[in-house]
Order: sequence, then C-alpha cells, then structure tokens
Amino acid sequence: MLGGYVISVLAAGWITLSLAFVSLILAVVIGIAAALARLSRSRALRITATLYTSVVRGIPDLVMMLLVFYSLPALLSQAAQDWGYDVYIEFSPFGAGAATLGLIFGAYMAETFRGALMNIPRGQLEAAEAYGLGRFRIFWRILLPQMMRLALPGFTNNWLVLAKATALVSLLGLQDVMFRAKGAAEATAKPFTFYALAGGFYLAVTAISLFLLSRAARRYELGVKELAR
Amino acid sequence: MQKLHVTDIHKRFGDTEVLKGIGLDAAAGDVISIIGSSGSGKSTFLRCINMLERPNRGTIRVSGEVLDLVADRRDGTLRAKSASQLQRIRSRLAMVFQNFCLWSHMSVLDNVTEAPVSVLGVSRKEAVERAKANLAKVGMKPETYERYPSQLSGGQQQRVAIARALTMDPDVMLFDEPTSALDPELVGEVLRVMQTLAEEGRTMIVVTHEMGFARHLSSKVMFLHEGRVEEEGSPEAVFGNPESPRLRQFLAGRLQS
Repeated sequence: MLGGYVISVLAAGWITLSLAFVSLILAVVIGIAAALARLSRSRALRITATLYTSVVRGIPDLVMMLLVFYSLPALLSQAAQDWGYDVYIEFSPFGAGAATLGLIFGAYMAETFRGALMNIPRGQLEAAEAYGLGRFRIFWRILLPQMMRLALPGFTNNWLVLAKATALVSLLGLQDVMFRAKGAAEATAKPFTFYALAGGFYLAVTAISLFLLSRAARRYELGVKELAR
Repeated sequence: MQKLHVTDIHKRFGDTEVLKGIGLDAAAGDVISIIGSSGSGKSTFLRCINMLERPNRGTIRVSGEVLDLVADRRDGTLRAKSASQLQRIRSRLAMVFQNFCLWSHMSVLDNVTEAPVSVLGVSRKEAVERAKANLAKVGMKPETYERYPSQLSGGQQQRVAIARALTMDPDVMLFDEPTSALDPELVGEVLRVMQTLAEEGRTMIVVTHEMGFARHLSSKVMFLHEGRVEEEGSPEAVFGNPESPRLRQFLAGRLQS
C-alpha cells in the first residue's frame, strides 16, 4: 500500500518538471528582454525594467503567487464586466504557477544577464558595429553566446531556486510532487517518509542539474581568459 | 579615384570640444598617417569616420556615396538617417582596433568570415576561401585557424584582425593605433603586414605613434593638436621641415623617447 503512494508521488514528478521547464523558458525570455531594456538608450525602457526587477524581487514568492492566482482573475473578470462582457476568468494552477514563477525568476535572470552583458568587452560590440552587423545579428552572434557563458553560474543558481520554488504551486492545488507527498503523508500518518521522499526528489533534480551545468561550463571555458583582461 | 571625403568634423564631449573642424581626403592608394600627442583627438576623429562616435557636425562620403546624417533630438549629435545605409558604408570601411577586438567566442576562421557572410552576403564557402588567403597573407599558419583569440599572442591577434578587415575587401582601411597595445617585440610583425598593404596600394588611414611608419610608408601625414589640423603634408615636409613649433616640439619628444 505504501508502494502505491510512493509511485503516486514520484509520478507527479513530470508535473513538477514540466512546470519548472515552462517557467524557466518564460523566465529566460523575460530576463533577456528586461536585461536589454535596462541597458537600452531609452530612458522609459530603463525605468520600466528597473521598476519591474526591484518590485518583483521585493515581494515574497508566495504572496506573488496568491496575488496572481486569486486576485488577478477577479480583477480581470471585474474589468470585463465593466466593459459589458459577461465572462468569468479563471487561471489553471499550472498556468498561474508558470506565469508567476516566470515573472519572479525573470527578474532574477534579468540581473544575471545584465551583469553578464556588462562584462562583455565593449570593443567586441564596437567591432561588430564597425563591420556593419545589424542589431539583431550583433545580439544573436556576438552578445547572446558570450552572455550565456558569462551568465552560467548565476543562471545555475536561479534554476536551482526555481526548481525548488515550484513546490509553492501545490498551494494552488496543482498535483505536483509536493501536493501528492502532503496527501500521502496525511493518509498514511508517515510524514517523515513522504516529505523525505519529496525532498529526495528535489535533491535529485538539482544534483543532476548541477552535474550537467558544470559540464556545460567547462565546455564554454575557451576564450574566457581573454575576457578577464 | 576618391575613396574617402570627410569635411568639417566637430565633436563635443559635454562642454569640451575635442574636434574643431577636421577634414580629410583620401584617393585610392593613399596612406594617410594621423599623428599627435594623446588628447589631440586623433582617435576620436577616426572613430567619427565610421560613426562609432557621433560627430556634432561634418560630412562623410565614401566612394562617392554621401552618408545621410540627421541631428539627434536629445543631444544634437549627428546620427545616420538610415541604419541600412550606415551598415553598407561601414562595411566598406574596415577598422583595425588598438585592442584587436576579436570576438572571443569565435575561432580565428569564424572571426574572419563572420562579417563577409552576414553583412556582404558572401557564401560561406567563398568567405572561407577568402579568409584563408588573407590569413596566409598576414602570416597566420593553417594550424591556428581553429584556435580562439585567447590562445594567440597579441601580434597574432592583431594580424587576424587585419585579415578580418581585408576579407571585407574594403574601400578604406581604418587603423586605430594598431601597435600601441603590443609588447615591443611584437610590433614589428604587425608593421610588416601593414607595410605590405601600403605597398599593394590599399587606401589606409592610420592613427599611429610609430613615427617610422608615418615617415616611410605614408603618402601624407596629418599632425593634430587640440582638435585641429596643426600641420599636414608629405612625410618629407612634415618630418624634414616642420613649420609649426608644436610639431617640432612633438617630434623632438618622440626622438628622445
């Protein structure tokens, strides 16, 4: 019987993992956009991005998640009704969770990416401009590859925290590893077993991530010496 | 044939006017050396030619095509009206930087082929052929082509940067103090490459501290002082019979060091 619960907890692993990956993709996209905005010539973009990263990083993840899940749909429904549409807007726990985590970790990624972009020697950017490369091409061929390498340590850190923060989405009712572990712990009266199982799952995910990302870091080490100057 | 025609470049940084109306004419095959003490504005002038610095005033014409400039609303500096025209003009003015500025995540070969492929639209295969020919010309051995810039000496990096410029088949090559960041024993290998290019009839604008290069390889020398052209002429005239006291003083200081 215990075995059935163990399988149920671990089977929810793919929900946790897919939530983590979807959130990560969102966070990277938002993070790159916000980092570029913070470094842009436009004052309005800089202010907006700075506001975003400081506000989001200043509010607890859980508060943010509950705000998005409960308050935002109510606000949107209200607004829709004011405009004469009779719709009731509701977020799925997965959608709300991914959106919130993407938004929160987008702010952390933005800081990581901004730091990395600032560490790319300015001359390399100038050389690209001087040779007539367009803006998109400069970003894609010169900035992005170097940013990714320089951002890898910070990126790794953000990813570990994000992977663990998915557990908060269980509070919205998403049937992830944490949700199932809590259920099993209560049903079997063996909290230690099931919370330890959940802990082991997250630990396995982060350990594998660390292994893979440190291998990636070694592969990208070429050329770093020059950047140090 | 006239390759480069620049007139009346003014540049202000805040309240300081660092360029007070400088112009330059280069015909095909001209090698123009720009000399002057640090702070004279010579590098800024060169960087205005390809708009790495935005001048406050002036005109730029490359091989007969006038770069369309408009005043920026915010600070009044001139910027290119059309990004695509600026890219086209820049691709004809290949620059060699003081600090090489190779792209550190790309191999030697990729550094040289990147701009021809993505800016000029040359096929990858042709770009590689051109790149290899130019790398051989600057004395880089084939076993270095897959190395990264950090694995090369400064002299090698600068020679790769020159090959990168050559592979654009530019109308004019701009050199911004190409040997200033090099250890003294590596300066010679870069100067020899530049000598070959000068003798081949490449049109070159060279900001330099190497008086030997300016004297023996240029067709014309410009001496800049406090943002103005203090004296210009043939190297024989400028070095052999300097008129301006400031130039005499500058040259005397150079000989002592």
